[in-house]
Amino acid sequence: MIQSSSPGTVCAGERTGRTCGDAMKCQQCDNPAVFHITELEAGNVREVHLCEEHARVYLNQSEGGDGGDPGEPGAVEGKGQKGGGLSGPLGVGQTAEDLAVLDKRCCDMCGITFFEFRNQGRLGCPHDYLQFEKELDPLIANIHGATEHTGRRPSRPVPEGVDAGSGTDGLTAIIGLRRGMKEAISREDYESAKESRDAIRGIEDAWTPPAKAGEENA
Amino acid sequence: MRLDTLTNSIGEWLRGTGPDSDIVMSSRVRLARNLAQFPFVSRATEQDRADTERVLRERIAAVPVGRELDYIDVGHLEEIDRRFLVERQLISREHADAQGARGVAIDRLEQVSLMINEEDHLRIQCLHSGLDLHGAWEQIKVVDDQIERAVSYAFHPRWGYLTACPTNVGTGIRVSVMLHLPALVITRQIDKVFRSLHKISLAVRGLYGEGSQAMGDFYQISNQTTLGRTEDELVQQVADVVPVLIDYERRARDFLVRETQQNVHDQVSRAYGILRTAQTISNEETMQLLSRVRMGVLLGLIGDVKLSDINSLLIRTQPAHLQKLRGGDEDSSDDIERARYLRRHFEGGDSPSRATAN
Ligand SMILES: [Zn+2]
Ligand SMILES: [Zn+2]
Repeated sequence: MIQSSSPGTVCAGERTGRTCGDAMKCQQCDNPAVFHITELEAGNVREVHLCEEHARVYLNQSEGGDGGDPGEPGAVEGKGQKGGGLSGPLGVGQTAEDLAVLDKRCCDMCGITFFEFRNQGRLGCPHDYLQFEKELDPLIANIHGATEHTGRRPSRPVPEGVDAGSGTDGLTAIIGLRRGMKEAISREDYESAKESRDAIRGIEDAWTPPAKAGEENA
Repeated sequence: MRLDTLTNSIGEWLRGTGPDSDIVMSSRVRLARNLAQFPFVSRATEQDRADTERVLRERIAAVPVGRELDYIDVGHLEEIDRRFLVERQLISREHADAQGARGVAIDRLEQVSLMINEEDHLRIQCLHSGLDLHGAWEQIKVVDDQIERAVSYAFHPRWGYLTACPTNVGTGIRVSVMLHLPALVITRQIDKVFRSLHKISLAVRGLYGEGSQAMGDFYQISNQTTLGRTEDELVQQVADVVPVLIDYERRARDFLVRETQQNVHDQVSRAYGILRTAQTISNEETMQLLSRVRMGVLLGLIGDVKLSDINSLLIRTQPAHLQKLRGGDEDSSDDIERARYLRRHFEGGDSPSRATAN
């Protein structure tokens, strides 16, 4: 199922003139663009903006391995680049079968499928970076020419007993628990729902920032 | 209402002061941050968005960020007010057009803006007048550190700050300068300059324009990558190239004055003449002519106009600003109203404003 991204989630706009002007249009027609696809070719990142109809055509072409070039009226830096389909994000040499399997994989926390990410160019939650690590690695290497963060880090330590190597992923687990709780409630399994709720509270308490804890004690 | 006080002021970044402000309009740094416990905005339910907005709003209000902030509930603003904030560069167009709970906290000088529920949960922006990337970076660091005391930003030791789009992951930083480069445009050197920038992976885009056609000779230069280098290195990457561009533009201006003085003087004077006398004028034409007049002021060809006035007119002649300034008087077209506003401005010195009557 192809999903459209909601308006207001276009990071490509930063490179294509988002400050002023009309809402982004499809590159093939005058309809509003609801698909924002990140393409990689020869180390270049290119954003493709399409309406629903043209996105279907485009994605079908891409999956056929041929890669249509929808043209590039918007981006200053996109001129002259030829479409390479969606091979970029997936690494070279991926077969259609690999792709089909990969597309069905989904995040344990937010539930986004890899296919949805490919279509929107937007991830669903922080855990996706771990869930799709192997697939994102070449994509990120292509975009940034690097795969290791060397900049600033949060100064606050992770809670006791939490593996610092996983960053804030322990807190992100709440997203999955919240989903589980909702599902439990909808099937009237209140016991599981309560367990999820308690687990969420436990994690929240452990991760409560000291600044806020201080206020609450005061 | 607070937005009406904004109508009658101009942002700090439009002062037209600061180092090299004859060419560098403004310097901006922004950081993309997300809360670890919520899905990214495009995946968030209505409830998630409301919770994210509430948590960020409350916690930001509870920490001192070095400036007093006003919070604007963008989700409940009229469309004209949202457009007004976009023209003001306080929120992005995407933020204005989005759905659901969202807001922006800004300081009185309009230097600091904190967008909640844009593409990422939080976009922190510091905007300074002239060439002041390091000042903007030092300021945003304080804001970021203070907020980080009160929230858990999504972070991974290897990937850095985790963002909705992998193009922002790592530092989440975007460093940019807005440059006014009329002489490079007139002498047709601008494309050559930009091709060289792409080679060192800096992005260039026209400001106030659709697509690749820049309006009014304003261009924004920014870093393209956010991972694998420190924030200081990324700030420096942009900072390093700006003096080179300033030098090119200065030389092109010198060349114009030296070799084609009459021609340039004529162009500038005509531009000024049209702005002062036109009966109807589009946004594009206004931008283009103001750009020429701005250059004329800087080259000493026009004496009685202040730089900050031109900067301010660039914003105030845009549609939402005009509409607010004329206070809901809908019986004339934008272009007629724009021309009237410009004539009044250049005749009377001080810009008249009917919004003050409210
Ligand atoms: Zn279309
Ligand atoms: Zn996820």
